[in-house]
Amino acid sequence: MDTKKEATDELLSRLTDIARELRVTDIEMISEAGSGHPGGTLSAADMVAALFFHKLRLRPDEPDWPDRDRFILSKGHCIPIVYAAMAKRGFFDPGLLKTLRKLGSPLQGHPDRTRLPGVEASTGSLGQGLSVAIGMALAGKLDRASWRVYCMLGDGEVQAGQVWEAAMFAPMHGLDNLCAILDHNQVQQTRKVAEILDIGPIVDKWRAFNWHVLDIDGHDMAQIVDALDEADALSGKPTLIVSRTVKGKGVSWMELNPEWHGKAPDAEQTRRALAELRGEA
Amino acid sequence: MGAATRDAFGEAIVRSGEDERIVVLTGDLRDSTRTENFAEKFPERFVDVGIAERNLLGIASGLALSGKIPWAASFACFVAGRFETLRVSVAYQEANVRIVGTHSGIGVGEDGYSQMALEDMAGLRALPNVSIVNPCDAVETERAVEYLVDHVGPVYLRLTRQKVDDVNPAAYRFEFGKAVQLRDGSDVAIFATGATVQEALKAAEVLAEAGVSARVVNVHTVKPLDEDAVLAAAADCGALVTVEDHSAMGGLGSAVAEVLATGDGRARLLILGTRDFGESGSAEELYEQHGISGARVAESTRQFLEKHS
Repeated sequence: MDTKKEATDELLSRLTDIARELRVTDIEMISEAGSGHPGGTLSAADMVAALFFHKLRLRPDEPDWPDRDRFILSKGHCIPIVYAAMAKRGFFDPGLLKTLRKLGSPLQGHPDRTRLPGVEASTGSLGQGLSVAIGMALAGKLDRASWRVYCMLGDGEVQAGQVWEAAMFAPMHGLDNLCAILDHNQVQQTRKVAEILDIGPIVDKWRAFNWHVLDIDGHDMAQIVDALDEADALSGKPTLIVSRTVKGKGVSWMELNPEWHGKAPDAEQTRRALAELRGEA
Repeated sequence: MGAATRDAFGEAIVRSGEDERIVVLTGDLRDSTRTENFAEKFPERFVDVGIAERNLLGIASGLALSGKIPWAASFACFVAGRFETLRVSVAYQEANVRIVGTHSGIGVGEDGYSQMALEDMAGLRALPNVSIVNPCDAVETERAVEYLVDHVGPVYLRLTRQKVDDVNPAAYRFEFGKAVQLRDGSDVAIFATGATVQEALKAAEVLAEAGVSARVVNVHTVKPLDEDAVLAAAADCGALVTVEDHSAMGGLGSAVAEVLATGDGRARLLILGTRDFGESGSAEELYEQHGISGARVAESTRQFLEKHS
């Protein structure tokens, strides 16, 4: 085994462990809050782990560092998994995690950049984040800056028209400093996405809009890291990573079940979910 | 007749354009919004997003959060009409965006209602963080633009398509949030904003001939409202009239009513503005038709004062 492969294996193993840890923190937070959106947080966990612990250049003690990479969670309801990552990176005291959704907490139910340093954009009204990310990417281009912009969208979210206004714009302006990630977890609030308003063929659509599209298994850490690295290296156009995931990933009875889009597990369900996530079940 | 306030904006933004923080955006309306000259002079910092105003506002917001000073210009109804994007991507984020709405009010004229913003101030007034500046003439617009470059916070700059009379002197100084008394009077105070300031002045002339002494106040900043000017007029005149090229619900009139109803001020109030959709016609005809021309304001004011005397 060569040293490069060893290093890669070590990275992937570390990121996989972190993703598991983030899922545990996420379920603990949502359970404590008594409300939230576990399904879409669990599907995004592996990508969020790779972003915050491998890809994003951040200074948690200097959240406004001008040269930082920007991450926008356009599917704002899934912010707990990002809070978990931010706490672990040292943006704030992990003790704050238990204040999620409570009165006066900087950890709002949907992200609020004015209350929590390190949150790049206030989102939650679906369909808006990619436009904001494009504005940031344009600013980066104007300043000839090296920082990059990452924006995670939900698959139900791309039913919104503003996403396509944004999708048309970014390639025409050569925003290769922008990487969008579609957390394609297949399920929206009440049904499968394909049953509500089918977004397919999603890869063809974005390619037709002139994006560089990568189609990956969003729970395979090697594919995630490779895709993020490839997006970095590409010049001339933005990248969309279609990250095929499973809503509720890691808790068997939450997986692909719309019931777990927007409700918190009770005490017993939390115990069972955490046991599964920790590999104790 | 002076210039349209959109013309004044177009000239002022070019003069401020050397400031590299400034980015001007539009949605296929570089001609109508008078941003063409900026586009020619500073092409790197001009963005045309096409007919996609939600994306326009979102991109402006992202630019603002990255230290730029974006001016997002379109017809007032198209930018203010993308309310959900304004409320989350601009207002809630405290994004330092200048939302520029040209073609405000029934003054748009022949194009008819779908091109007229008559509810824009009503919506934006309810959004925390967002200020509203509605200048009445060219010089006020130019000074407002110069001021707004360094203003902190989202601002809605409301402009006219139609030419308007010059009201202010060339040496005019713009003071954000401070109403300007253009004429003193003791029987009634007419508060006007934007293109209706000229109409209020005409009304005051007509009223003077009838022996009614009318104060005229130019409210260029509709939000935050100069409450002291309202309370002073209430104390001095006891009767207030508001005039706006905007719905009589939710705009300047409502703002003044809120001050009178909830504060210590006591005065009778007549709110003049549109009470229906707009329609096609010349700006002058429409001002007459919808009761906000100088003559109609004078007539309504006289009836209002008689009814309550």
